[in-house]
Amino acid sequence: MARMVTNKRVVVSTAAAWLFGFLIFFPILWMILTSFKTELDAFAIPPSFLFFHWTTENYATVQERSDYFHHAINSIIIAGGSTLVATLIAVPAAWSMAFAPTKRTKDILLWMLSTKMMPPVGVLVPIYLIYRDVGLLDSRVGLVLILCFGNLPIVIWMLFTYFKEIPKDILEAARMDGATIGRELIYVLAPMAVPGIASTLLLNFILAWNEAFWTLNLSTSQAAPLTVFIASYSSPEGLFWAKLSAASTLAIAPILVLGWFSQKQLVRGLTFGAVK
Amino acid sequence: MATQQTQLLGRSLLAPAVVLLFIWMIVPLAMTIYFATLHYSLLDPGSESFVGLENFRYFLTDPAFLASLQNTLVLVGSVLAITILLGIPLALLLDQPVVGRNFVRLMVIAPFFVMPTVSALVWKNLLMHPVSGLLAWLWQLVGAQPIDWFNDAPMVAIILIVSWQWLPFATLILLTALQSLDEEQKEAAEMDGARATSTFIYITLPHLARPITVVILIETIFLLTVFAEIFVTTGGGPGLQTTNIAFLIYSQALIQFDVGNASAGGLVAVVIANIVAFFLVRIVGRNLEA
Repeated sequence: MARMVTNKRVVVSTAAAWLFGFLIFFPILWMILTSFKTELDAFAIPPSFLFFHWTTENYATVQERSDYFHHAINSIIIAGGSTLVATLIAVPAAWSMAFAPTKRTKDILLWMLSTKMMPPVGVLVPIYLIYRDVGLLDSRVGLVLILCFGNLPIVIWMLFTYFKEIPKDILEAARMDGATIGRELIYVLAPMAVPGIASTLLLNFILAWNEAFWTLNLSTSQAAPLTVFIASYSSPEGLFWAKLSAASTLAIAPILVLGWFSQKQLVRGLTFGAVK
Repeated sequence: MATQQTQLLGRSLLAPAVVLLFIWMIVPLAMTIYFATLHYSLLDPGSESFVGLENFRYFLTDPAFLASLQNTLVLVGSVLAITILLGIPLALLLDQPVVGRNFVRLMVIAPFFVMPTVSALVWKNLLMHPVSGLLAWLWQLVGAQPIDWFNDAPMVAIILIVSWQWLPFATLILLTALQSLDEEQKEAAEMDGARATSTFIYITLPHLARPITVVILIETIFLLTVFAEIFVTTGGGPGLQTTNIAFLIYSQALIQFDVGNASAGGLVAVVIANIVAFFLVRIVGRNLEA
């Protein structure tokens, strides 16, 4: 039985929710608006909210002067590559822990989780020196590797929680019908596992895209993804707010769209299944 | 029951992940421990010598360490307090019948997807600039003296930026937990004449205890190592005012090139994080048995 909901209550809570939602979203909105202003308008006091001279020249300038696409492609390669490699390693591991658990499975899972707790600064020095000596500094391969290892525990955990929900009876049924393990994987498991794998890929792509410790410390130009590209705006020269806004909008737009699709997986993935 | 064959298969499938994670964890950690016992400066190559625990003594008694430990605790504590104290009412609000709730949720979750370098620079310039920032303009509207955030209250500025990034996370998790709360329990309480406040205190809040703990632990893990927000705004300054442990170690390693000392600091950071991790792993582990 649904509780009686008075109209007044709906109006009040709707107004309050929209107000707070708008306040929280406002910095992003303001950034997007500023990206369409001239530098003079961007700096103007009092600020103009909608009635300014709209222009897209900042976007052209950002591409021309600091080569947005070079960094965007780096971001795609690094985030995509590290996510793919991590998933390739994680799928078999998660599959085996979900379907053939042993006494030690729980300990292994918790141990994997604990590696994620290691603060990156704790190993910054050796990683930096190793990378320097083998020539991986400022290389995309180097960043793919480090982000892959960094996110591997989350990937395994997410996949594990999804795989665990696949009913095991179905495997036995397939086996009774004489399916080999290979066929079992392709025809029975894969179709049921695909949604979980897709959500895992999505969430980890987002995490890797926004990762800003290793990318800032291990890359400068050649392999620099968008996090580093934006950081180059931290030493300002003259009027740069509109350009900073345009660059920022470009850097977050793709991930904001992906992120909005991943809300449910986000909770599950980031709490390691503790909140669903 | 798994057959012997599947067990063998299972083990060989698991092995690559375990081996890789083990190497990834143990090799750098062992190197950090080794470097921490050396006098080792990148500016002075070839002069490496064993110094025992000297680096730890130096790091732990360095005034910069105490200052940055304090900054770390202030940053973590304030952001936790802000995100949870605002996250609970916000989640309760979004749990109400709200027209267009999905859209409001999108607006609330958005900051979490903004990369740290972007949110830090947008806040620092567009919002917090002492003359042309939007906040300065608002302050003037109400006749107040605009705040020069990054000179007069740099830590407050960092706390605000980081809280803005993490409020969506806390809200989303608490909201998810609220939505799994049994409606009938609340209804029953209401029929028995319980007031909204007592329903909240005796039913909702206990239900939220676990998700709140999870939020605290996970946020702490990430907040202990806040880096990019400081890197692109204050560079740890003015003075040491916004230097946290992570930034201190970074500057010793890659600005002063003092490998030995930075490694000792890194190990201190690992110990601090492990204390938090211990509790988180226990909570998550309990959940595994269910």
